[in-house]
Amino acid sequence: MDVAKTDFNDLEEAFQAKIDAEKRIEPKEWMPDKYRQTLIRQMSQHAHSEVVGMLPEGNWLTRAPTLKRKAILMAKIQDEGGHGLYLYSATETLGISRDEMFDQLHTGKAKYSTIFNYPTLTWADIGAIGWLVDGAAIVNQIALCRCSYGPYARAMIRICKEESFHQRQGYEIMMTMAQGTKEQREMAQDALNRWWWPTLMMFGPNDTNSANSAQSMKWKIKRQSNDELRQKFIDATVPQAEYLKLRIPDDKLVWNEERGHYDFGDIDWNEFKNVVSGNGLCNRERLKARVDAHDGGKWVRDAALAYAAKKAARKAEAA
Amino acid sequence: MTKDTHDELPLYEVFIRSKNGLDHKHVGSLHASDAEMALTNARDVYTRRGEGVSIWVVKSTDIVASSPEDKGNFYEPSDDKLYRHPTFFNLPDEVGHM
Ligand SMILES: [Fe+2]
Ligand SMILES: [Fe+2]
Repeated sequence: MDVAKTDFNDLEEAFQAKIDAEKRIEPKEWMPDKYRQTLIRQMSQHAHSEVVGMLPEGNWLTRAPTLKRKAILMAKIQDEGGHGLYLYSATETLGISRDEMFDQLHTGKAKYSTIFNYPTLTWADIGAIGWLVDGAAIVNQIALCRCSYGPYARAMIRICKEESFHQRQGYEIMMTMAQGTKEQREMAQDALNRWWWPTLMMFGPNDTNSANSAQSMKWKIKRQSNDELRQKFIDATVPQAEYLKLRIPDDKLVWNEERGHYDFGDIDWNEFKNVVSGNGLCNRERLKARVDAHDGGKWVRDAALAYAAKKAARKAEAA
Repeated sequence: MTKDTHDELPLYEVFIRSKNGLDHKHVGSLHASDAEMALTNARDVYTRRGEGVSIWVVKSTDIVASSPEDKGNFYEPSDDKLYRHPTFFNLPDEVGHM
């Protein structure tokens, strides 16, 4: 009998037993390589999404309608940068370096959420992003607060505390515009029309087409399926749209008394695949902005390191 | 998974005291060129909403950690000393709370 293989099976069984008992997995503990790889992929993509997500909103920073809105948007974008940093830091505990993650993003090997490949055409888009995109992110992230991997769960709890402000500031922008002039109302409706379907895609493929889901659920990396989370988001959002007297662009959207949920129309998964594979409206622009920012910042990082080395040398000399 | 990281800024672990009277608690990590930069970065990354009144930063490579593998042996000395727990001693009710 293969001794090494038996040992491995024992380890894996003990690991699964820990998960089943709702124990958290911490960085230095043994874990199946696939668990590690799945987390590295998911967490780094999550981090990249936070960071790339700053770009569509940054587009309106210099053109926010008031100083107050500008300050709020700035704070929101800073939070997203912070979320990226929490998540990169948590991912590094799995043994991948920050540089390697950046490298994967910059070479297109790692993905980020498709939603950030759509353009922000008007100020109302900033309202729609806060309300819908952050709203969807909250639904996803609340489920992840109970993820089996300790550092990921802790980063999620920190992030969830900050997200509520993001959604509320977005909804307030929508409220202001929906109650404004005819042009403002139309702008708000147009933003909802463009962001609704891409937001629903944020939850990922239908459960029947989601290859990795079952294993992730078994490992309690995921706690709820894509379709469950999507339904949760729709049920919460429809009344919010009604309050704004805006129309969600879906003819099949209707309350189903029997299910106790809203029924909704089919998602265009071809569009989703197209954007994932790099052909969205802004894929190239987003990636270029990230690469330029990283390359452009190299001299700053180099100078900071050189300065630290010089200071340390001086200190050693004086001692 | 070991890409060349010689020019990566060093990693610092961040600990924050949320208010006086409480211990510093590990909150995460960040990259910085030196301790001074690590402190200001920690302020920006981990205390945007008054989460802290005191911050410690420690180079990750300076932390010495126990390893999960020796869980058994390492903590064993305390496992067989049940008399360290108050419940080990049966005292009569008449004594009252002790
Ligand atoms: Fe975020
Ligand atoms: Fe957010």
